[in-house]
Amino acid sequence: MNAQAFTFGRAVRLSILIFGAVIFLAPYIFMISTAGKAQSDIFSSSLSLVPQHWSYVANFTKALTRVSMTTLLWNGVVVCVLIFVFQVIIAIPCAYAMAKLKFRAARLMMVLVMLGLLVPIHATALPLYVAFDRMSVLNSYFALVAPFTISVFGIFLFLQFFRAMPDDLIHAARLDGMSETGIIARVIVPNAWPAITAFAIFSVVAHWNDLYWPLIVVSNQAYATPPLGLLYFRAAEAGDDYGALMAATLIITTPLVAAFLLAQKRFVEGITMTGLKG
Amino acid sequence: MAEAIATATPIVRKPVRSAAERQEARAALALSLPAMVLLFVFILLPVALVIIFGFTDYELGYAGFRFVGFDNYADLFTDRTFRRSLWNTTVYTAIVAPVSIFMALGLAMLIESENIGRSFFRTAYFLPVASLLVAMATVWQYLFHPTIGPINALLALGGLPRPNWLGASTSVLYSLSIIGIWQSVGFNLVLFLAGLTAIPRELYQAAHVDGARSAFDRFRLVTWPMLGPTTLFVTTISIINAVKVFETVKTLTEGGPNKASEVLLFTIYQEGFVYLKVGYASAMTVVFLIILVVLMFLQYRIQDKQVHYS
Repeated sequence: MNAQAFTFGRAVRLSILIFGAVIFLAPYIFMISTAGKAQSDIFSSSLSLVPQHWSYVANFTKALTRVSMTTLLWNGVVVCVLIFVFQVIIAIPCAYAMAKLKFRAARLMMVLVMLGLLVPIHATALPLYVAFDRMSVLNSYFALVAPFTISVFGIFLFLQFFRAMPDDLIHAARLDGMSETGIIARVIVPNAWPAITAFAIFSVVAHWNDLYWPLIVVSNQAYATPPLGLLYFRAAEAGDDYGALMAATLIITTPLVAAFLLAQKRFVEGITMTGLKG
Repeated sequence: MAEAIATATPIVRKPVRSAAERQEARAALALSLPAMVLLFVFILLPVALVIIFGFTDYELGYAGFRFVGFDNYADLFTDRTFRRSLWNTTVYTAIVAPVSIFMALGLAMLIESENIGRSFFRTAYFLPVASLLVAMATVWQYLFHPTIGPINALLALGGLPRPNWLGASTSVLYSLSIIGIWQSVGFNLVLFLAGLTAIPRELYQAAHVDGARSAFDRFRLVTWPMLGPTTLFVTTISIINAVKVFETVKTLTEGGPNKASEVLLFTIYQEGFVYLKVGYASAMTVVFLIILVVLMFLQYRIQDKQVHYS
């Protein structure tokens, strides 16, 4: 990496990149600024970024009291953790069997997995809703989590990763007298952390942000996830109280954005890995 | 002769399945059983049911249902809301997918050739991907606000016309497209950056020796063909994600004003989960699934034809 000369072309390139970055970051800048503005500031001076009357405390109090933000964030964490744990426990043994063991059903299962990759929750939502309604399990963590316990994408990703693992590793473990479950727990999983982390990021980002399914099965604030809770807050906050709205938005966006900023490298690796192989 | 041997070997070996092989097959089935049961319960069975419901007049809250053949599909053809919804989804996709792909490719190449601030730029463009879309949509609603929004305040300073972004039926779909592009560029960008780093430097030197002097020649002869697989993948994913637009519509416009932002998933949601017309919404879902299948099929076809340079 030697220093590049400061040519005209480079100046243009940097200007475009900086201009683009400012545009992409503008919503965050306005979110932070507006969250601290009093109603009068919002109406009079929308372009000044520094609030004239500092109202962060007032706006955040409104945001925290109208809808229980802690419940929302807690529900988000519970749902994401449960989904991820089930997905991994169910997908890894299956992927291992398909990648490393010989059995007749493997080919048919591969076809089913490829078919499953095509089907998003939007396509299965109607029958699942009818069934959950009949079973009276709407408005529960079960309803939020159950349909996602199977991740065909997870099976697919782990399958690709396991195929690249050396067979010798597994043969050695078998000669040591390990059972297949023992091999998964003590040989496969410890060697699969890159794939597991990548999948974790993919899964958490997808389910933390999902609105469609929670909107369908939850009609009660007690089980609302962050996106759904924000919809409730918007409904409760009729009119243009953008100060409180931006404060609520800020509270709800921060956890995942903070996680991303702290573990950027892993995020990008995860997206590239899950992205390119998906 | 060779043929005879090739066919003879499996016939001799097939019936001989050792105890170890049988045990391995049993273990494999046991390990994959939970996944296969759940795959059946939560994916295959529901898809089969959606197809069946699509041929019925099932409505939630009513006791029974009748099979009505293709009536639902016939209704879809004349349903003005549904046609509007398909058209809007197409327009939205036709704007968001290409713009977010080419913007991401351009930005990725600029970032790749620059050696300062790389990680800053990547972070800045990727941030929307990691943000809660429902939340950021609310911020965009404020930015787009016709009277107190910063965008119109800026336009007023320049003496330009101030559109009613999300409030007018003529501009609502374009405003939603802007949010869609903003949200998806970062994802594509990261994939393109990974693709660009994987291109061997020597190829550019070789192209230079062969007379590719201009930056455009280098792009045309090296970058574009080498990025082929990445571009194909990014294209498929971008189109599918654009077809699945829902969050911003539900949060900001509820399909309005005057159905100008009615999109496929929103219409399915309204018919199925608000009006509870399960049969009719199922027929719409089948159309949605067919669109996804066709897109994936096209991707596979192009992938097969694509020349691999790696």
